Order: sequence, then C-alpha cells, then structure tokens
Amino acid sequence: MSIEARFRVERADFRLEVDLRLSETGITAVLGPSGSGKTTLLRAIAGLEYHVDSFLRIGDTIWQDDNRFLAAHNRPVGFVFQEASLFAHLSVEGNILYGYRRVPDEERKVSVDDVVQLLGLQDMLQRDPLSLSGGERQRVAIARALAVSPRLLLMDEPLASLDVKRRKQILPYLESLHAELEIPVIYVTHLSDEAAQIADDIVLLEAGQVKGFGPVSEMFARLDLSMAHREEAGAVIDAVVEAHDDEYQLTLLSFAGGRMAIGRQALTAGSAVRLRVAARDVSLTLEHQTGTSILNIFPATVDEIKPDGDVRVTVKLSLGGTSLLARITRKSSVILGLKPGKRVYAQVKSVALLQ
Amino acid sequence: MWSEADISALVITAKLAVSSTLILLLVGTPLAWWMARTRVRYKFLIEALIALPLVLPPTVLGFYLLLALGPRGPFGQLAAMLGGSSFAFTFTGLVIGSVFYSMPFVIQPLQNAFSSIGTRPLEVAATLRASPRDRFFSVVVPLARNGFVTAAVLGFAHTVGEFGVVLMIGGNIPGETQVLSIAIYDHVESLQYVHAHWMAGGLLLLSFVLLASVYAFNKRFGVLAA
Repeated sequence: MSIEARFRVERADFRLEVDLRLSETGITAVLGPSGSGKTTLLRAIAGLEYHVDSFLRIGDTIWQDDNRFLAAHNRPVGFVFQEASLFAHLSVEGNILYGYRRVPDEERKVSVDDVVQLLGLQDMLQRDPLSLSGGERQRVAIARALAVSPRLLLMDEPLASLDVKRRKQILPYLESLHAELEIPVIYVTHLSDEAAQIADDIVLLEAGQVKGFGPVSEMFARLDLSMAHREEAGAVIDAVVEAHDDEYQLTLLSFAGGRMAIGRQALTAGSAVRLRVAARDVSLTLEHQTGTSILNIFPATVDEIKPDGDVRVTVKLSLGGTSLLARITRKSSVILGLKPGKRVYAQVKSVALLQ
Repeated sequence: MWSEADISALVITAKLAVSSTLILLLVGTPLAWWMARTRVRYKFLIEALIALPLVLPPTVLGFYLLLALGPRGPFGQLAAMLGGSSFAFTFTGLVIGSVFYSMPFVIQPLQNAFSSIGTRPLEVAATLRASPRDRFFSVVVPLARNGFVTAAVLGFAHTVGEFGVVLMIGGNIPGETQVLSIAIYDHVESLQYVHAHWMAGGLLLLSFVLLASVYAFNKRFGVLAA
C-alpha cells in the first residue's frame, strides 16, 4: 500500500512537477522554501485545486486520473490550514462536530472524545473560537480534521502562524498523534528543524521540483541537497536509550554504528529518541585522541566531501549504519588528507535531543 | 386619524413590502452569491445594471416598467399566457416593479457579506465533507447573517418608501394599488394635513426603528463576523 501522486502545474510564473510514491504510514514532511509549490501540492491532494494531467492514488483507491476527479468533500482527508480557520459561528465543540457529523457511521474510526483528549481540549469545548489563543485554535483545527476519521492527514505549515513558545506547546501533540494514530500525514513546512523533529520521510521541494526524497536521517546527510550546506546543517540520528549512568548523571544511547553519552534525560531504557548533531560540532582527527574532554568519539569512514564556499568543506562520514556530517576548514581537510574511503575519528562536541 | 382608505393603503403597502422582500431574498441570494464569486469579465455590466435604480429617476424606471408590464410588453404577454390581460395597474405589477426598484438594496449587502467571507471557510468545510449546497447553508448563511438582515430591512424599507415607480405602474387605485406614500401625497394635495401628519409620522417612525434595529444588530454581531 502506498500513495502515488503525480501533479503537473504550469502557471505563468510558477511550475510544479512532482511524481511521488509516499509511504502510507508515518509522517512525510514536504520541505521547501516559500514559493516552492508545497501548498499547491497539498491542495491538489485534498482536491481543493484541479490540475490536468495529474494522478493520485491512495492505497487502491484512485482519487484522480484522466477520467476521474473526486471532489474535495468526497475525499476522506483531514486538512489543517496554516491559519486555524475555525468557523466563527460555531463553538469549539461545534467546530469539531462539523466534520464528524458528516461522516457516515461505518467510516467513523475515531470518537470525538478521543480526539478531544488527544489534543487536550476537554475544558474549552463550549468556548467561542475567537476567545482562544493561537495555539489553542490550531489544536482545535487539528482535532476537527482528525474527527472526520481521515485516511490521510494533510497539514499546511500548521505551526507557521504561531510564535516559538506556542510551537513548542503544540509539537508534543503532533508527536503523540504520530504515536497513537495510524494515519499517514503529509506535513508541509519550510523549517528543516520542524521536519527533523516530527517526520519519518522528507520530500525536498525546490522551485516546483522534487530534489530528493527519503528517510529523514538519510536526507539530512545528503551532500547533494541544500540542507547539508546551511549554516545549521547537521545529521539526524535515530537512537535508543540503553541505560543511565547514575554516577555521572549521563544517559547512554545506542544507534546503528555506535553508542554515545549525553546529559541525563528523563527517559526510560528502550525508548526511541531522535538526535541532531550539528556539522560544526563535529571535528575530525586521524588518531583516536585520548587526552581530550570529548566523550563521544567514533571511528568513521569519509564518504564524500563537498566545499561550502572558499573556506570550509562539509564531510559526510559513515559510522557503520549511520551518517554524520562534519564541517571543517578546507585547510584542515587538506592537512588531514581527507578523501573518500579515508578512516578518521569523529569527535562530537554536542548533541541535541529532538524528541 | 386613519381613515378606512388609509388603513387599506397601509395593508397594501405592508403586503407589497413583505412579498417584494421575500422575492428579492429568493432571487437576490443566488444572484449576489454568483456576483461575489464569479470572475467573468462582464460582471461590471451586471453590477451597473442592478445599481441603475440607485441613480435613475423613479419615473424613468416606472415608464419602462409600465411598457414592459403592459399588454405588449414581455410581462404583459406572460400575463396573457396566464389568462390575465396585463400586469399594469395591478398589485402583481407593483410587486414586479418593486423587485426591480429595490434590487440593489438587497443585492449589495448580500454581495458584500458573501465577499467578506472569502474562500477559506468554504474550503475548510469542503475538507470536512460538506457538499457545495451543504457548505452554503451551514457556513455561508450563518456567517452572512448580518448581510441578510441588512438586505431584508433595506429592501423592505425601500419598498415602503417608493413613490415614483408605484405611481407610474400602479395607477393609485384605492384598495388595490394605492400605497401609503401616494396616500400621503393625496392628503397633502387635498390639504388634509392631519391625515398626512399621522401617516408621514408613522412612516418616519417605522423607518427609523427599522434602521436602528439593523445598526444595533450589526453592532452586536459585527464583532463575531469579523
């Protein structure tokens, strides 16, 4: 089962050409700068826009081909817009029930209670949408979209209208959504951090073209994509909590290709975590350094080197099954004699926990 | 005080205003919806056509309506098909005339209300499984509530206040097509100022109360609709 989407849009100043086969589980982030066609793609999938020469299949149901175009209101999707866009004439509960009531009994898979619980809306059901904060409104919008028991959840920068503080309040809800519902999500964002935090797969869209598609950890480490060449570039690593070191208050994590220690986290052993290692926090040595304060040192192999301007290069390293990025000066790269296949030691100065 | 003829003029005026307003809401809602949503190039022509009664002397409109309603006009021929002779100088003719005359007062508030809703709430409703008709009644109508109230009250009040058109096409037949505004004119002509005062004062008060209620309603709910 998969989602197959082919869209071709041509306007005077804009072109979108995508041919995607997405996984029907998990969150796929469509990442790209504004104007790259992310929203157009999402709207086309929802049936809010019609484009000729397009094809859309969800599982074994065809929503659009040359002869068919399922109208938006006949598509079992949930859509969360950038602005919550709640109905001003209905209460919070009325908003959530609006879609729920229009779904036939036999298609209902989630109850209103569950959705309300999941997004923590119990205490505000009778309130007027206009009395809610931006973050609360967006939670209601997400609940409203989920209440139609969608086969596919489409989210168009649902956090973009919120400030950083409110974003942080909503992200845990999105993560729990991921964990508790088996609904595929297509999540449009222009922030790579957001994609790194919640997505399983990433579609990188630039100027209407798909530049790359794959699992998050793979995408962030690809030197042919723009993400690896940003100032804040870094690798994303999925790891598992192995144990805690009580004496030094550290948490030990294992990942494909190694282990690392980070400051103690309130996580139980066995839980999955996602880490981000910034490229500028990784330095390289030819020998295993001993007299150093750095805890996390890994033997690695140089995969690829790409210049970043005149001064620096970004090096992609392979640690068994995991990729790591290191940003060093071009001079160091020459001194160390780095080239693909060269064995080095990667010293990781700091690690950020994403989830 | 009110004579019997005055009271019958009042009843006819009320009947005329109510039926014209209902017909206008029925015809005007789809028309205003279309005008608020369409992108056709010739929309401005239709807008200008509907707004004509705002600037045209009522006698001009009344003159053409009289021709249209008469035995040789399109409405007259329709009347002939229905077994009558013509709509001129009948109550039906008055209703038809009022509908045209008060059209802009109903269309414009509705069109503004529909435009200000924008497309977003409709798209949201579509993704929440609401069909186009369902979207109209469950989203557009409640969100355009102020527009409907304004349109109904303005259409009603404007029909009550018309003079030139009804004089041209109604013929001022007491008990049949004589409305308040013309009855007042007759009273003034015959120097019956007391009668004229009662009726004119009543109309003045009614119009003020109607308008005041619209503004009060829109003030109270305007915030919600924003």
